[in-house]
Amino acid sequence: MIRLEAPFTEDKIRALKVGDMVEIYGLVYTGRDAVHKWLAEGNEPPKAEVDLRNSAIYHCGPVVMEKGKGDRKRYTVTAAGPTTSTREEPYQAGIIEKFGVRLVIGKGGMGEKTRIACEKFGCVYLHAVGGAAQVLAEAVKEVEGVYGLEKFGSPEAIWKLRVEKFPVVVTIDAHGNSLHKEIEASSGAALHGIFAGMKK
Amino acid sequence: MIGPLMKAALAKTLLESLIEIIRKTSTELPDDVVRALEAGKAEEAEGSRGKYAMGIISENIGLAKKKSQPLCQDTGSVLFFVHYPAKIDHALFSKLIRKAVTAATKKGYLRQNSVDALTGKNDGTNVGPGAPTIHAEPWKKDFFDIRLVLKGGGCENVGAQYSLPDARVGAGRDLVGVKKCILDAVQQAQGKGCGPGILGVTIGGDRATGYLISKEQFLRKMDDCSPEPSLAKLEDEVTTEANTLGIGPMGFGGKTTLLKTKIAAINRVPASFFVSVSYMCWAYRRQGAKVSTRGKIEKWFY
Repeated sequence: MIRLEAPFTEDKIRALKVGDMVEIYGLVYTGRDAVHKWLAEGNEPPKAEVDLRNSAIYHCGPVVMEKGKGDRKRYTVTAAGPTTSTREEPYQAGIIEKFGVRLVIGKGGMGEKTRIACEKFGCVYLHAVGGAAQVLAEAVKEVEGVYGLEKFGSPEAIWKLRVEKFPVVVTIDAHGNSLHKEIEASSGAALHGIFAGMKK
Repeated sequence: MIGPLMKAALAKTLLESLIEIIRKTSTELPDDVVRALEAGKAEEAEGSRGKYAMGIISENIGLAKKKSQPLCQDTGSVLFFVHYPAKIDHALFSKLIRKAVTAATKKGYLRQNSVDALTGKNDGTNVGPGAPTIHAEPWKKDFFDIRLVLKGGGCENVGAQYSLPDARVGAGRDLVGVKKCILDAVQQAQGKGCGPGILGVTIGGDRATGYLISKEQFLRKMDDCSPEPSLAKLEDEVTTEANTLGIGPMGFGGKTTLLKTKIAAINRVPASFFVSVSYMCWAYRRQGAKVSTRGKIEKWFY
């Protein structure tokens, strides 16, 4: 098990390899469809609120409960599983390049454009366990803030989550490797083997 | 039809029972599913990524139950399969189900998970055209049989339908061809359906009925097999062979790609030969209960 702690520097990211099991400690920004589209359209969040340089983006629409009002307003996350990442494939590479994002967290894997951007700019794709909404919510220790709650709505907003022991697997590393690509190829070869052994 | 006086009392109790069925389905996996997942976990090598994923899955099942919170935040398509006493008014009963879905959403057992197909608007009720889906039939028995499946979007997206013969897969109109299609669907799905998965398959039918019956297979218990010997054999073979593909939990690689395969065959027209494959994620949320005509839950089925 590898302990990956913020700040997420390029050295730390380049040291990770496909297949590594990792626990993340630090700040993670949620971002899904609306945010990715918005960023890709040339918008930028104010740096004081959301600093994407050396950051982690998590493909997640958390369920967040709100308590209190004004300065006493507090948020807690009650479910925080990953959503399917391929929907962000058209935007992700550009966002990695422009903002210097170091970790992309999600599920289901991503495609060639993202794999190439990870290699070129020093980023990794980390696969969380789909459906594990409760375990991942437990790893969220604090909600430090939110950006774009009005603009994007709660599930789509950029939530700043302080996480500890957040469990993931490296499935695309910064050296051009993709576990998704490897397993797709090996399972495809295995399937052809099975077909070849069938009678008809 | 039941009288108006009894109707109000029944409606209130039945509504509560329906909400409880939704709560239990969303937050607790049935024992037979948990056992199958534990068996899958035991198959994975110590220290492997597959074992790691299965460990997180186990932990999540325990936490969700303890906290009475949804197992997965995608609380999915809400699919009811119901039999009701013929004396009950169908429209009234369907209305109660929709009311229960909205109430369960307010209580947080279901996420606000249903949007207008054209505008993307989410009114937060989980009720709208086609939502929830209610397959209801009257029967002569004096109780309700209410079953519910919650099926998330990730696994629904990897479902597949084949029209045989299929040249790409090299599948003819026989059981060998059927098996090729099912295994192809598993390989195409990779880890995107949040495996280890459970397959519901229909051979035959028209396109819509094929998919419907494939989903009904998810009402079967994990350890049963088809009463038709050739299908029972096919179910086992598909599971065993799919588990040699090396896709593993979440597509991380490993031995447990499928937990079970459930196959049904229904009549087809001579010109059509469909194989319809529905994939269920590891968060296999199904529950059901026998409910009395007073609206009380008398027995859980799973």
